Amino acid sequence: MSDGVPILKIGSTLLVSIQVDLQDDTALRLQEDLAERITRTGARGVIIDISGLEIVDSFIGRMLASVAAISHVLDATTVVVGMRPAVAITMVELGLSLGDVRTALDVERGLAMLRPEDRSAEEILLAAAEREEG
Amino acid sequence: MAPVATDTLVRTLVERAETVRAAWLEAAAAELHGRTTRGELEREQSDILDALLDGLRAGGTTLSDAAFDQLRGILADVSAARARLGFTPRETAIGVFALKEGLYRLTSDDDVAVDVTPLLRLVDDLGLFTFETYAAAREAIISEQAEQLLELSTPVVKLWEGVVAVPLVGTLDSARTQVVMEKLLNTLVDTGSEHAIIDITGVPAVDTQVAQHLLKTVVAARLMGAECTISGIRPQIAQTIVALGIEFGDIRTRATLADALVDALRANGRTASAGVPA
Amino acid sequence: MTAATSETAERLPVRADSDVVKVRQLVRSLAQQARLSLVDQTKLVTAASELARNTLVYGGGGEAEVELVSDGARTGVRAVFSDEGPGIPDLDLALTDGWTSGSGLGLGLSGSRRLVQHFAIDTAPGVGTRVEIATWSR
Repeated sequence: MSDGVPILKIGSTLLVSIQVDLQDDTALRLQEDLAERITRTGARGVIIDISGLEIVDSFIGRMLASVAAISHVLDATTVVVGMRPAVAITMVELGLSLGDVRTALDVERGLAMLRPEDRSAEEILLAAAEREEG
Repeated sequence: MAPVATDTLVRTLVERAETVRAAWLEAAAAELHGRTTRGELEREQSDILDALLDGLRAGGTTLSDAAFDQLRGILADVSAARARLGFTPRETAIGVFALKEGLYRLTSDDDVAVDVTPLLRLVDDLGLFTFETYAAAREAIISEQAEQLLELSTPVVKLWEGVVAVPLVGTLDSARTQVVMEKLLNTLVDTGSEHAIIDITGVPAVDTQVAQHLLKTVVAARLMGAECTISGIRPQIAQTIVALGIEFGDIRTRATLADALVDALRANGRTASAGVPA
Repeated sequence: MTAATSETAERLPVRADSDVVKVRQLVRSLAQQARLSLVDQTKLVTAASELARNTLVYGGGGEAEVELVSDGARTGVRAVFSDEGPGIPDLDLALTDGWTSGSGLGLGLSGSRRLVQHFAIDTAPGVGTRVEIATWSR
């Protein structure tokens, strides 16, 4: 078993940057870790940066689609960013689609795609409490 | 098989070299009038004749023998050069076949009593070899040009900040469409553009395969987080697309490049304003 | 298929998830040596990844053999995946998009065939499966 992929949290967004060639079990663990982190932190958005990936085969493709579906159930939006052109061409030829996964050119555009009202429950409650006080 | 040339034949050829060469040169020059200078022809022919004699002396019987390595090299150079200079196949082969004129002189000369038939056969082989290398050289030129054309014919241009376009002109085949696809997708990354426009105003016809490639490009662009519009679909092509039953699905199509650009800019404006908190 | 002269073939076991990654890396490095275009490299490595996983998951483990090949004018990469697993009972069905005997997407065989220039499969129920793929420089 190799080391897991680190998940960063920025505000109400979780950020994962896959930098190395993923082993199947590592990919599965990432999927589980993400589901767990979304529930624990109440994150509203997940950004998966795959600009470091040299290939996306059916296994990784399915993992990305699963994460998107799982996050959707948990009321969060997943954006896959940074897919390389050669990888995209290969995926299309392979017949692989990412389903309803949203995509963006890079992390910055991915962040912009997550709507500002997608704030965490905590932030909204705090804002409401402030209004109450004021 | 008996050796092509006996010692007598070689000796005769050397003795009568001037006669043979004069007739050879005459025949070749008549055919090639103006395309090459006599001096050049003479130099070429003496190279060929020397190599031929060397090969015969070394015991060569057929052109593929090692004894004729040098001769084949010279012939290959000559015919490749002719192919590049735009000589016709006839003009290229005649330089070699004209050698027969020289050899006929030998037989008509009463003083000489040698059988040149084996040599005539060898000359036929030389001619065929010349033609083969000529054809190979032409093929090489054609594929070089096709490659250059491929590069020339697929410019990806930046229309606006965040909008790139590729105007396609001419017939699309699989190889070309693949090059276009790669170039366009790479440009999206390099320029950080979220909109791509493929303009097919200059494409005379779209078949199922080309349509497939266009669709694949659009899907690949989406995987990367960009939107791709196809513009400039002429009425005939729209009819073909429908007649062929090609599903363009939810792919954005616009009548003109200008429409597509306006559309892309409008979408850009939306994302820009969406990023600003209300 | 054109007769290709084989140079030294490298053999890798395919017995664990980490082996699939090693196969991908080996195929990539040979594809670079063969000067395949970036897209062709990516396609070949992706196909190799799918097939190595098939060997592992459906064949119960096996072996990958990867080598540089040359047919005179062009160089290429050939990869062979073999196992002594249950084999594929209905090959036509297995080569259909979307069909899967396991939990995959059913794109492994049919999809990887579209990614490479040469694809050959040899299988017999109870004996095993051998898949050969190759791509040449253009």
